[in-house]
Amino acid sequence: MTVAQPAAEAIEEGPARHGVLRYAAAKVGGALLSIAMVIVATFFAFRLLPGDPVRALAQGRNMTPEQLDLERHRLGLDKSLAEQFVHFVNQTVHFDLGVSYEYKRPVVDLIGERIGSTLLLTGTALVMAVSLGIWQGARAGWRPGSRFDKISTGISLVLWSVPTFWLGLLLLMVFAAGIGPIPGIFPTRGIESVDAPSGFPYLLDVAKHMVLPCLTMVAVVYAQYLLVMRSSVIDEVGQDYVTTARAKGLRDDEIRRRHAVPNALLPTVTLVFMRIGFVVGGAVTVEAIFSWPGLGQLFYEAIRVPDFTLMQGTFLLITVSVILMNTLADVVYHLLDPRVRSA
Amino acid sequence: MSIAWTRRRLAFGRFWASFRTHKAGVAGLIVLVVAVLLALVAPLFIDAGVTNVVSGTGAKLAPPSLHDPLGTDESGRSILLMIWWGSRTSLLIGFLAALLSMVIGTVLGIAAGHFRGWISAIVMRITDWFLVLPSLVTALVLAAILGGSTLTIIAAIGVTSWPSTARLIRAQTLAVEARPYIERSQALGGGHWHITTRHVLPNVAPLLLASTTLEVASAIVTESTLAFLGVSANKTSWGTMLRGSYDWGAATSGAWWYILVPGLCIVTVVMAFTLCGRALETVLNPRLRRAV
Repeated sequence: MTVAQPAAEAIEEGPARHGVLRYAAAKVGGALLSIAMVIVATFFAFRLLPGDPVRALAQGRNMTPEQLDLERHRLGLDKSLAEQFVHFVNQTVHFDLGVSYEYKRPVVDLIGERIGSTLLLTGTALVMAVSLGIWQGARAGWRPGSRFDKISTGISLVLWSVPTFWLGLLLLMVFAAGIGPIPGIFPTRGIESVDAPSGFPYLLDVAKHMVLPCLTMVAVVYAQYLLVMRSSVIDEVGQDYVTTARAKGLRDDEIRRRHAVPNALLPTVTLVFMRIGFVVGGAVTVEAIFSWPGLGQLFYEAIRVPDFTLMQGTFLLITVSVILMNTLADVVYHLLDPRVRSA
Repeated sequence: MSIAWTRRRLAFGRFWASFRTHKAGVAGLIVLVVAVLLALVAPLFIDAGVTNVVSGTGAKLAPPSLHDPLGTDESGRSILLMIWWGSRTSLLIGFLAALLSMVIGTVLGIAAGHFRGWISAIVMRITDWFLVLPSLVTALVLAAILGGSTLTIIAAIGVTSWPSTARLIRAQTLAVEARPYIERSQALGGGHWHITTRHVLPNVAPLLLASTTLEVASAIVTESTLAFLGVSANKTSWGTMLRGSYDWGAATSGAWWYILVPGLCIVTVVMAFTLCGRALETVLNPRLRRAV
């Protein structure tokens, strides 16, 4: 479990502001190191592991040895490893991710086209999953062992064990294709209809396409938020301030909403961002099933072809954004929560 | 020797008496034993021929009937027999990937907890790095580069799933090493090897058992996801069957048995491992209750 590390090592003495800055600097430094490690690991993984990229590219195509050599030269594979490495790092830090073999276009352009729909889908699903998880988790944790707690925790644990793609398939079967007397309600694939209208009806069309992918992601992801929020709230229930609030005669509901939940919220929201990597994995699967034209589907196509340049580029982007999100969550948590600062 | 054996038997008896009170855990254990036995005895009744596309005996995408109790797939192969044969791949990959992940996690976790200074710093740096990588995406890339044989799938899952174990084991190692008997052992001349293998390892072993069980569950899910996304070579597993159902449009043509049956198998086995693992965790370490 990635709970923010108590910052005891990072802070010694001195004013709190100073400590926060130092903490942030240490975290950003760590993130930069991680990103550097990702770039190095990606380079070696895609070049040193078994399998000749040119051979893989030529899969299923007839190519003469001369053509293979030409291709090798075009990809810079005829240079020494050191030269290739310097070239790769230089390109990557300038946001040049190479040219896709499949699309014959720069990987950066392809990513740019797709990133919007991924942000739309993942963002919507994340907001819904977080709200649902936090709401249910807060209620379940306030009275652990109650019927609400048992039912909501039970449902979320079952959904948690279900593989994302299978849930997607089931929803596809029931709500898109229709089964028995139930007619298909939602489209099976894509982000818009072929004859998509413009203006407001267009938005409705997109929303209709988004229902099933979004539902799949929410169902699989919200369980962890529920469980984390539940255990944070359980921690708060026994605190003195809750007893005090009760002694003052506040209504139970009010204590929960105004006192306990805000305190439990911070660690939960941080954890949401700490585990963003899990959501990203879910997004790849969901986009693949529903042919949602986003980054996840681009990555999936790159794997199916296989198109190593595209795979490498999308992998770098996904990993680096996950690292940045984690760092941001870590620093913001530290900034907002005095309990961690003084720890 | 006999004293040690008696003590172990007693300890196991206590453990079993306590485990038995967890109904869900016992149910999970029974399901697991049945599933593993079925997978083991499968070669006595059927062979890889049931997955052969030309040997299908039924109609294409036929619904469940007396001849094929769970229906057939796009080549007329019996879903029931394929599920049975495929369970061998799914369970094997699940167990071996979890084992690999546990071995890496334990070795690095103990190393990070036992050695102080730069060794610990480097190991933790690497662990944190792996922890932040999106594991499914990384496993997909590894499997795609390495080629998707059973061994590479195991490696891809094992290599991406060990960091949480390493952190858990490191914390436990630190706790164990703070106890006085470690100091005594050091004073008597116990070296690094002696302390880690004779004192630390036995103390973290119960925790490892529980977390291996949970890890098998997630390895099975990851395997099926990798197979579904098409990076696994064509050996029949529950994931590759679902891939087939997707490729042949089972969802849109109403062939519910083709989707439902392999998926239910995955969910049942995964739930069984999860219930069993959670019960083990509660029994072996009541103080430790995982949030997730």
